[in-house]
Amino acid sequence: MSADAQTRASAAEMPVLEFATTAFTAPPRLSQATVAIVTTGALVGDAHADWKQGEETFRVLPRAERALRMAHWSLNFDRTGFTSDINVLYPIDRLEELAAEGVIGAVAPRHLSFMGALHDTLSTIRLDTGPAAAKLLRENGVSVVLLTGA
Amino acid sequence: MCTRTGGALAHVLEQHGLATVQLSSVRGHTERIKPPRALYCEFPFGRPLGKPGDAAFQKRVLLAAFALLERPAGPVLEDFPERIADATEAPLACTLPPAFNEATASVVDEARALRSAYERQLKRTGRTSVGITGNVDTIPALLEAFLRIAAGASPEDAGLPSEPHRAALDVRAYYEEAALALADHVPEARAAESWFFQQTEAGKLLRAAQQRLIAAGRTDYLDTIVPRGQE
Repeated sequence: MSADAQTRASAAEMPVLEFATTAFTAPPRLSQATVAIVTTGALVGDAHADWKQGEETFRVLPRAERALRMAHWSLNFDRTGFTSDINVLYPIDRLEELAAEGVIGAVAPRHLSFMGALHDTLSTIRLDTGPAAAKLLRENGVSVVLLTGA
Repeated sequence: MCTRTGGALAHVLEQHGLATVQLSSVRGHTERIKPPRALYCEFPFGRPLGKPGDAAFQKRVLLAAFALLERPAGPVLEDFPERIADATEAPLACTLPPAFNEATASVVDEARALRSAYERQLKRTGRTSVGITGNVDTIPALLEAFLRIAAGASPEDAGLPSEPHRAALDVRAYYEEAALALADHVPEARAAESWFFQQTEAGKLLRAAQQRLIAAGRTDYLDTIVPRGQE
């Protein structure tokens, strides 16, 4: 069994948060949407501190920033893809192309990174940093969010 | 895991007026978390857009994800039709440079010999993931500390600047980035990881240090330094 297959099999037994209902926000037409990336791939720029274990905060990634480092704590995934091409995790250049083609309305001026290696109830994300992230994105005109993770 | 955290974020962002679509890497998690819209992509972990350097493929993934925004209600979970497996079982073919100095520990010498390759890769992309515990200059010292752990020292006495887990991530990133320059192509997912753990002195050292830590009863997350499948 490959390493990823082992990880998926292990994950199947892991407890997850279950939500009683699924919130649903109607998006604008994609060609009029401002799109942001929110990744859980633990990306940092030069000015950022790394995450501490269990930390549920986010870092802000300016649209033009490309010199990003992956500070994720997990051992169990490939990093060479990201090292070669950040778009395989953080598809910022693809969004720029889709905006230039008129497929999406605009690329957000700021994007966000969390670290996904979290094992507790995520109460800070649900009650504090998640709503703060939403507020920041809405203040930047964002209407659609693409979520990616390592 | 990222899919678990990302699914929770989807719920929260959606509750606060944003429309979301998630690229899921663990279908079972997404089935239970039920974010508003998710595209399950069975790609290697670490590569949620599938193929590095393949803009057309990445764009197809994005368009498939964005197409879910047209659905009138959620939760929506669909599968991207193509799958990509990792290559853990096929290590990268990558020749190590010759040793510089017979007098130094072979693992430290090996690391120093890879410095120029690491620098070439850094110049090529402008990015490095080395830096969780120090910088590229501290890699030899990390290896010397892992040598002491493999010889029986505790992590606290071995001279590591952090927990073994994080220090090992820096060593591995240094080697894998050097391997990208030596191989001169983007390898399949986790092929460089298998090269590192199976064929380099540093990888073998980390495996030996892991065994020593386990034997000493150190099995916490922060003492784990070898990924699943490489033990």
